[in-house]
Amino acid sequence: MRYSGLRIIKEALTGNKGWKPAWRDPEPQPAYDFVIIGGGGHGLATAYYLASTFGKKRIAVLEKGWIGGGNVGRNTTIIRSNYLLEGNGPFYEYALKLWEGLEQELNYNAMVSQRGILNLIHTDAQRTAFTRRGNAMILNGADAEMLGVEQIRARYPFLNFNDARFPIKGGLAQHRGGTVRHDAVAWGYARGADNLGVDIIQNCEVTGFRIENGVCKGVETSRGFIGAGKVASCVAGSSSRLMAKAGMRLPIESTVLQAFVTEGLKPVLPGVITFGAGHFYCSQSDKGGLVFGGDPDGYNTYAQRGNLPVVEGVMESGMALIPALGRARVLRMWGGLMDMSMDGSPIIDRTEIEGLYFNGGWCYGGFKATPASGMCYAHLLARDIPHEYATAYRFDRFRRGYMIDEKGVGAQPNLH
Amino acid sequence: MIINHPLLGPRDAQEFTYLGDASLIDRPDWEAADAQEQFYEYAYLRDNPAGEHRELWFHEIGDRSWLVVTRNTLTHEITSVEMARDVARSKGRSK
Ligand SMILES: Cc1cc2nc3c(=O)[nH]c(=O)nc-3n(C[C@H](O)[C@H](O)[C@H](O)COP(=O)(O)OP(=O)(O)OC[C@H]3O[C@@H](n4cnc5c(N)ncnc54)[C@H](O)[C@@H]3O)c2cc1C
Repeated sequence: MRYSGLRIIKEALTGNKGWKPAWRDPEPQPAYDFVIIGGGGHGLATAYYLASTFGKKRIAVLEKGWIGGGNVGRNTTIIRSNYLLEGNGPFYEYALKLWEGLEQELNYNAMVSQRGILNLIHTDAQRTAFTRRGNAMILNGADAEMLGVEQIRARYPFLNFNDARFPIKGGLAQHRGGTVRHDAVAWGYARGADNLGVDIIQNCEVTGFRIENGVCKGVETSRGFIGAGKVASCVAGSSSRLMAKAGMRLPIESTVLQAFVTEGLKPVLPGVITFGAGHFYCSQSDKGGLVFGGDPDGYNTYAQRGNLPVVEGVMESGMALIPALGRARVLRMWGGLMDMSMDGSPIIDRTEIEGLYFNGGWCYGGFKATPASGMCYAHLLARDIPHEYATAYRFDRFRRGYMIDEKGVGAQPNLH
Repeated sequence: MIINHPLLGPRDAQEFTYLGDASLIDRPDWEAADAQEQFYEYAYLRDNPAGEHRELWFHEIGDRSWLVVTRNTLTHEITSVEMARDVARSKGRSK
C-alpha cells in the first residue's frame, strides 16, 4: 500500500478501515540465501538494500525481540557528517546524502529534519581544532561554517554565553545535520524490505552458528535451525556475545549510554547543539520534549541501564550550557547497549569463517550511519568486496596499525 | 555502584576510573617469537563477557591504588575486590 496525503484523506472519510499492517509476520523458512541477525536500523537497512539495490531474493532478518527495540529506538536521533578523518568523512557524508533522499525512496515519513547541528567552542585551542575539522568536512564534500558569537546569539539567545569558566566563543555549524524520527527509520526500512519479499522474523533469537569445516551453514535459533548461504551479524551492543558463539574475540567492549527527555515544551531549541566544555548534546523533539545525553557510563555492561553519577554529570553540563533547562522536568531516562570499538570507528567486514559476515563497533554514533551502513553491508554481502566508502572498516586495521581514531585516545573504548 | 576497597572499605565508584579487562595485567613477553601477534591480541581483543567480569579500576581520587574488581556485567553486582598488586604478584610479577 502506498502512503500519500490523498490516502490519509480517503481513510479519514472511510473510518480508517483500509490500513493494513506495514509488514507481515511470517514463519521462518528452513533456509535462506541471506540471514541477517538483528532487526535494528542497520540490519533492516541491509535487508532493504540487498533486495532493492542488489536485487537479491530469499532474505530474512532475525530479531530476538521486536524490531526497533534496540538502539535504533533508544538513541538521541542526531544525524551529521562532521568527521575529521579520511576513513570516516566520506562514509558519513554518503550516509547524510542517503538520509536526504530516504523518505521519497521508502515512501515513508521518517521525519528527516535538517535543522542543523552546532558544536560550540569555548577556547582558542578548540577554535583551531574545529576550524581544521570544518576544512576536512568541506574537503570531503560536506558543508561546514564557523559561526561567531553574535550569529549564535541570534538563534540561541538563552545559552550561557558569559559563563566565567566556559564562555561561548563561537561554533562549528553543519546546517545539513539534524534529527530523524528513530523508530520511523526501523519501521520504514522494515516496510520497504517486506514489500520486496524479505521475511522479518521477530521473537527469534540466534543462539549459535552451525559451522562445518570453516564454513557457516546457518544459525541455531529459539525457533529452530535456519540454513543460510550467508549469515550477517548486525547486533550492535550484543556483538561480542553473539560472535563468541562462533569462537571469535572482537576489538569491542559493551557499555551503556543513557539518554533523557523532558516534558513537552513550546518550540525553544531550533537545532541540535553540543557543549564543547563537557559532554552534552540536546535537541527538541517534534513533540516538544528536550532530548539530551552525555557520556557513556564507561565500564563493561550488558545491563541496559546506567548509574546515577553519569546522570548527575549530564544534568550539570546541561545546566552549565542552558541554565533554563533547570525549569523543565525530566520525564524519562533510559539506556542502550553500545558496541564500543578499540578506535571508536566501526567494522563492516567478512570474518575468517566463510559465509559469516560482521557489522558492528558503532559506538554511540551509529544511528546517523544507518543508511550507509546498510548499503555498504549489502554491497559486501552481495559482491564479497567492500563498498568504496567502507574500505577502511576492516578487522585487520588493528593488526596493521591503521586505526581510525577520531579522538586520538588509543585502544580505550570507554573514552571514544 | 559501591566498590569495597580492601584497605579503605566501601567507596563510591565515582572516585575510580575504569581501565578494562584484568587480563591487561598479563603483558606479553616482548622477546617471544610471536610477540607481535601476542601484543595485537593483548591491546585490541577482548572477551567482553555477559556475566562475571574481572576488571581493573584505579582509585584516582582516593589512595591511587589499582584494584581488580569482579563484577557481573548483567546485574552490576560486585562479588570480590582485590589489590591489583597482589593479583600481579600471585602471577609471579615483581610488582
Ligand atoms: C542513548 C543512546 C543515544 C544515541 N544517540 C545517537 C545519536 O544521537 N546519533 C547517532 O548517530 N547514534 C546514536 N546512538 C547510537 C546508535 O543508536 C547505534 O549505534 C545504532 O542504533 C546501532 O545499530 P542498530 O540500529 O542496528 O542497533 P540495534 O537497534 O541495537 O539493533 C540490534 C538488534 O539486534 C538484536 N539482537 C541482539 N542479539 C541478538 C540475537 N542473538 N539474535 C537476534 N537478534 C539479536 C537486538 O535485539 C537489537 O534489536 C545512540 C545510542 C544510544 C544507546
